[in-house]
Amino acid sequence: MSDNSASIRELTVQGLWRNNPGLVQLLGLCPLLAVTGTVTNALGLGFATLLVLLGSNVVVSMVRNVIPSEIRIPVFVLIIASFVTVIQLLMNAYTFGLYQSLGIFIPLIVTNCAIIGRAEAFASKNAVLPSAVDAIMMGLGFMLVLIALGAMREILGQGTLFDGADLLLGDWASALRIELFTLDTQFLLAMLPPGAFIGMGLLIALKNLIDAKLQQRQGAAAGISRARVTGTVQ
Amino acid sequence: MSFKITSSPHNRISRSTSEIMLLVVLACIPGIAVQAVLFGYGVLVQLLLAISTAWLAEALIMRLRAKKVLPRLKDHSALLTGVLLAISIPPYAPWWLIVIGTLFAIIIVKQLYGGLGNNLFNPAMAAYVVLLISFPLQMTQWLPSVSLQPESLHLLDAFCAVFSQYSCSGFSISQLQTGIDGISMATPLDTIRTDLAAGRTLTESLQSPVFYGIAGAGWLWVNLAYLAGGLLLLKLRVIGWRIPAAVLGGLFVCSLLSWLAAADTNPSPMLQLFSGATMLAAFFIATDPVSASTTNNGRIVYGVLIGFIIYIIRKYGGYPDGVAFAVLLANMAVPLIDYYTRPRTYGHKAKGAEK
Repeated sequence: MSDNSASIRELTVQGLWRNNPGLVQLLGLCPLLAVTGTVTNALGLGFATLLVLLGSNVVVSMVRNVIPSEIRIPVFVLIIASFVTVIQLLMNAYTFGLYQSLGIFIPLIVTNCAIIGRAEAFASKNAVLPSAVDAIMMGLGFMLVLIALGAMREILGQGTLFDGADLLLGDWASALRIELFTLDTQFLLAMLPPGAFIGMGLLIALKNLIDAKLQQRQGAAAGISRARVTGTVQ
Repeated sequence: MSFKITSSPHNRISRSTSEIMLLVVLACIPGIAVQAVLFGYGVLVQLLLAISTAWLAEALIMRLRAKKVLPRLKDHSALLTGVLLAISIPPYAPWWLIVIGTLFAIIIVKQLYGGLGNNLFNPAMAAYVVLLISFPLQMTQWLPSVSLQPESLHLLDAFCAVFSQYSCSGFSISQLQTGIDGISMATPLDTIRTDLAAGRTLTESLQSPVFYGIAGAGWLWVNLAYLAGGLLLLKLRVIGWRIPAAVLGGLFVCSLLSWLAAADTNPSPMLQLFSGATMLAAFFIATDPVSASTTNNGRIVYGVLIGFIIYIIRKYGGYPDGVAFAVLLANMAVPLIDYYTRPRTYGHKAKGAEK
């Protein structure tokens, strides 16, 4: 059991930080850059992606010993597409405003390489439980990046946070809207695609900076270890 | 006497980066003076803001990168970026506009790519485009020349106007934008674009009071002043002749052909050359040694490309002038241009000469 919990911790670290689909694998950049204009959009798409990833990872893991490896990719795509359709219909039914504002990017979750990547690299080789944990962690990691980028762009672009949250969460959520400062003119660059690229670059840089600092601290804590290069000590 | 061993070219005058940058800034002074006299003192306030922001941003980044601050500031490249951006934006644009622009130019366009010498794009022009697409209203707030403004602003007024958008005596910028007869006036190129789109002919458009002489009141003198500054730089061999000549040539040929084909819907070549930012672009912006092409033939291709794109944007684009976009697009093409125009190295045969 201890082995299992260790692997869950490892999966968490991998999904949220070390192998984050948004910041490290750079997968699924198309929705990442296109719909992160506001936190609400980011949250909606992040959550949809998380659900699809969870569903597809679990199912792929269940059928992994049944499907021939020659046609595994089409089968994965079919599984993912069915989950995307389910999510799309659910969003159409319950969060229609958000469904409209996300538009084509909901069906495009099918083509998100992060999802098929996890199906191929993890779920098709592992049991159901680790696959589910992996899906949740990877999905959360992706969602957090989406939210961070969405918040950056929304604050810079229009000075608010959670604008239009009622589209996702129902009427009570319009109270969530925070107006940080009022801008006479919106900073359009932050809302336009180039702003998304620049913001993404800055986020990746920040992650690398944190990693470098951590490594530096670890290196300092471990002290200097001498590598012996001449001969071998018997 | 020191015996210097250098590789070719064996120039007798070798200038440091710092001297070159400073000479370019000095050569801008006639143009800046004409702009200040003819279009109001706002440009001086913008210069002050831009230069101080540029120095601060450069110093900040140098501290972050743990490098010496003073030698970097002394190379005057931040100064030049600030100056070029300040003279490109409308003179009474609000103060935060130039601050955001300069910060973007220095921190993101220049320093994040590795500092002076490593930037792919011309910092001033990239910042200009950022401002133009982010704040279209403020960036098109051009005033007609001083002689057409209903109220003339003094130097103190200029400070008030840039910082509060009202002159000290309470005139708003939009009031100043309106001519004596109450008709709002834009730049000559803007007027031509609007009039042609409305179905008027060029001859009718030229009756507007913003046109006075060949290329619109004031703009002719501004362009002549930058031409003079540019020729001085050529004479001092700070810049080469290829890029300016190619930019002006490209624009001239394109506009000449279209003008010959349909003179009443296309501005004359002279109008194209002496209005907007043509001369500033040809001599001061396109010649940036970092982001321009580095081979002799490549420089000609690069310049002609800029001239051609300026013409295309002025004629078909969504903006009245297209210098910044033209320069950025040509910057993107520079690696390709350089690749195909590599000069033959001594001792090697030209490619394909003998198999």
